[in-house]
Amino acid sequence: MKKIHVTTKVNGDEVEFLCPPEETLLDALRDRLGFSGAKEGCGTGDCGACSVTLNGRLVCSCLVLGAEAEGAEISTVEGLAHGGELHPLQQSFIDNAALQCGICTPGILVAAKALLERNPDPSDSEIRYWLAGNLCRCTGYDKIIKAVKIAAAEMRGETA
Amino acid sequence: MVTVTLWGSLRDAAEGETEVTVEARNFKELLDALSARYPGLTPQIERGVSLALDGRIYREAWFTEIGPESEVVLMPYMKGG
Amino acid sequence: MNKITREKGQFKVVGTRVKRPDGIDKVTGRAQYGADLVVPGMLTGAILRSPHAHATINSIDTSEALALPGVKAVVTRADFAALDDDEMIDIADNCLARDKVLYHGHAVAGVAAKDAQTARKALKLIKVDYTPLPHVTDVDAAMKPGAPVVQSGRQEENVQPEHSENVTGYCEFGHGDVEAGFAKADHIIERDFKTAAAHQGYIEPHACLASMTNDGKADLWCCTQGQFNVRSLCSAILDMEASQLRVTASEIGGGFGGKTTVFIEPVALALSRKSGRPVKIVMTRDEVFRATGPTVSSSSTVKIGMTKDGRITAAHAKFRYQGGAFPCATYSFGAQAAFAAYDLEAVKSEGWNALTNRPKEAAYRAPGAPMAIYAVESVVDELTQHFGLDPLEVRLKNAARENTKAAYGPTFDQIGLVATLEAAQKHPHYSAPLGENQGRGVSCGFWFNFGGNTCVTMNLNDDGTVGITEGNPDIGGSRASISMMAAEELGIPYSDVRTIIADTSSLGHNDVTDGSRVTFAVGLATIEAARDAIRKMCGRVAKIWGIDEDAVIWEDGYAKPSGPNAGDFEPMSIKEIAAISSNTGGPIAGHYEVNADGAGVSFGVHLADVEVDPETGYTQVIRYTVFQDAGKAVHPDYVEGQMQGGAVQGIGWALNEEYIYGEDGVLQNAGFLDYRVPVASDLPEIDTVILEIPNPGHPYGVRGVGETSIVPPLAALSNAVSRAAGVRLHELPMSPPKILKAITDRG
Repeated sequence: MKKIHVTTKVNGDEVEFLCPPEETLLDALRDRLGFSGAKEGCGTGDCGACSVTLNGRLVCSCLVLGAEAEGAEISTVEGLAHGGELHPLQQSFIDNAALQCGICTPGILVAAKALLERNPDPSDSEIRYWLAGNLCRCTGYDKIIKAVKIAAAEMRGETA
Repeated sequence: MVTVTLWGSLRDAAEGETEVTVEARNFKELLDALSARYPGLTPQIERGVSLALDGRIYREAWFTEIGPESEVVLMPYMKGG
Repeated sequence: MNKITREKGQFKVVGTRVKRPDGIDKVTGRAQYGADLVVPGMLTGAILRSPHAHATINSIDTSEALALPGVKAVVTRADFAALDDDEMIDIADNCLARDKVLYHGHAVAGVAAKDAQTARKALKLIKVDYTPLPHVTDVDAAMKPGAPVVQSGRQEENVQPEHSENVTGYCEFGHGDVEAGFAKADHIIERDFKTAAAHQGYIEPHACLASMTNDGKADLWCCTQGQFNVRSLCSAILDMEASQLRVTASEIGGGFGGKTTVFIEPVALALSRKSGRPVKIVMTRDEVFRATGPTVSSSSTVKIGMTKDGRITAAHAKFRYQGGAFPCATYSFGAQAAFAAYDLEAVKSEGWNALTNRPKEAAYRAPGAPMAIYAVESVVDELTQHFGLDPLEVRLKNAARENTKAAYGPTFDQIGLVATLEAAQKHPHYSAPLGENQGRGVSCGFWFNFGGNTCVTMNLNDDGTVGITEGNPDIGGSRASISMMAAEELGIPYSDVRTIIADTSSLGHNDVTDGSRVTFAVGLATIEAARDAIRKMCGRVAKIWGIDEDAVIWEDGYAKPSGPNAGDFEPMSIKEIAAISSNTGGPIAGHYEVNADGAGVSFGVHLADVEVDPETGYTQVIRYTVFQDAGKAVHPDYVEGQMQGGAVQGIGWALNEEYIYGEDGVLQNAGFLDYRVPVASDLPEIDTVILEIPNPGHPYGVRGVGETSIVPPLAALSNAVSRAAGVRLHELPMSPPKILKAITDRG
């Protein structure tokens, strides 16, 4: 079958790629565009390791087709930092030891950023429910929740 | 001479004893002496054993010295996750 | 043999919460995991798996698959070397089946093609002629005479004749007269338990990239807990010399014991050898569940006698484990660990392993201990309920301490159980009020911890900073803890040290990252490598000063004259020594190679509060506190992380996680939707209390901390449920239907 030509924006930059109709956005990002920050943990939308935003909406990129990215704006973990400066969430995850192996971290950071854009001051419980689609097997989530709270406070201009 | 405590299921291979006394100054000599005196222990020794010496577990260290007063306990070869 | 050289209050770097050196790579998506590497000319590999739980392979016809355009190679078990060691044969047979497929999902053949679509098409064109055989997946059924035999001739010499041929091993531990002990008890409780197999559940599926050239040299990139072990196994299976195979460990997306062996790596190498191209294989999640190690499932019987004032008089346990289609020794670890927390006069602990038509068990955090200790801690708890005693008091009354003869044989030296129990007793959590349908459970946990083969090189850079080369993948922050110990010993800032994980051609053999060994053993070797370098640096300075080597001491990053020469010379900093090293004899490095011993056991105590909904049987964990002896917490954040992460894995095992098999021997829940690991919204905060009872076997007193934390949650939650809902379950997981049924049955 013929490949589909897709023009899209990833982290603000326009990119083009060709992909078979059944190829997932995750595979297109990883294998065609070199954005390997999104990880495949399950391929069925259960683990959230492949989380990206598509036109501002948080999605599992393994459940989106590459072809659906036509004309869209995609944000991945690679777009979180500005130049050499880490996003407050990224810095907070390092400062508060919110990662162990780090495989779920890109997806969790993208998901947490999407949360804070909607709700700059989430409660513990709101963070826990928002991140319920992102599995982490190492940390027990405790330090992740704390890191998100601390980053949120900093982004609101409060010092934790 | 050192007294070695075997685990229970090795009893049959050691004439019904779980404490046996052999001449050995280190782990290697101990294993050789056990194997020579109780051939029934050889299959387990070949599968792998650990040695607890005064409460500490040594996995494969042949030349670990054993004092005459040391507490010596044979254990299966251990692995972790 | 007390090796401690630095005590509490003497640490400058160790014990602080520095930033991990791989942090930025991991929060920016830059870190490269198993599936992330891409090389020119790379093919995609895929694995054909058995549709049967148990069947004879009559023939495999690969001709149609090979004829498909874009297919570059097909391999079967015949492409592996002839092997003579049983354990190696098992590992190879698990990577590609030999005469029989032993479980549903067992690998049969591998394909390499130009892309994933072609590889998948090719799998469908491989014709395998099977004769299905009867299968067995339950441990008790597998042990019964007349059960379908998974593998013949695998029984060890001491297995009792009344069992089926599936029973491969038997062990017995303990001491004292158990019958006489039971006669002294005021009450005896005997219960049967079952626990389901749980998967390690690492989020990163197994992935590797193999590249072999026609001169027999190969490079292998893979996510593993031990690149040296991968080299040993793959070079044997492929009949290669170890020197010709360089294995590089990628960043690893979780392991928990499950990445201590090989699955796809030898297949990728064989495909690369045949195709002459690099081959990448990445497992799907479905493959991870069906064909990589879960832990064992168990059936056990525990009998404990107690006096009315709470003293245990005797204990006898029988543990029956199944570890899948190949023999394993996990049952013996369980039987040994079961009663470690208790000082017992009479104890007997027996274990059996049975083969079943399930995937080969792989190590999972404190392998064998959680299910054994779950059963023991449940019966101890039921006895405290019977007598109306305080569960922590009873555990303290019977607690193992220094000079206790452990049920598994040796006499304990300095251990932290009593301190841990006392910390739990004093903690506000233990006395906090509980509401309706809420209950509090307690359990002890234990793991042995290991040392093992380790080598570390420390290189002094020309500006006086330091590089540490070690050989164990960093799963949870070990680069940081190793750098910290090097900085501590050298007396230099943490930021002056960079630790890297070497490939197999850059360092001698290192055992896998298992047994909670890395911070202990690699840390010990790092400290010794630093001391080796310090001796060399002091030697150089002695020459400069024209005094004896032993008249130069090392303090806070400086060589200083001592004894009669004290004050005669200006101390020289590590930077000054480095700057002139070419004048004083050339580059300076420190090395240490050891089969490390002296790992200290680690005890933990967990307090769990739950609320059980009597209408649905759903259990919510509402408060959780972990108390654990770390010996010395090198990086407290990551010690807490191990305690929290292990606890949550145990919570999942206790409440949700299980391998569910159908009558057809097929795993019914091979995905994260149906195999439900805990998510953030399931959990409360996991509070942690680190105890530090130094391990005399490590210069800083470090004990391994990675494994003990998964042990207590199983019983802590079951004990909590029994108090919250008034029903005691004897089976895990305690899923809502089971709890609801128990509540309904009670009436």
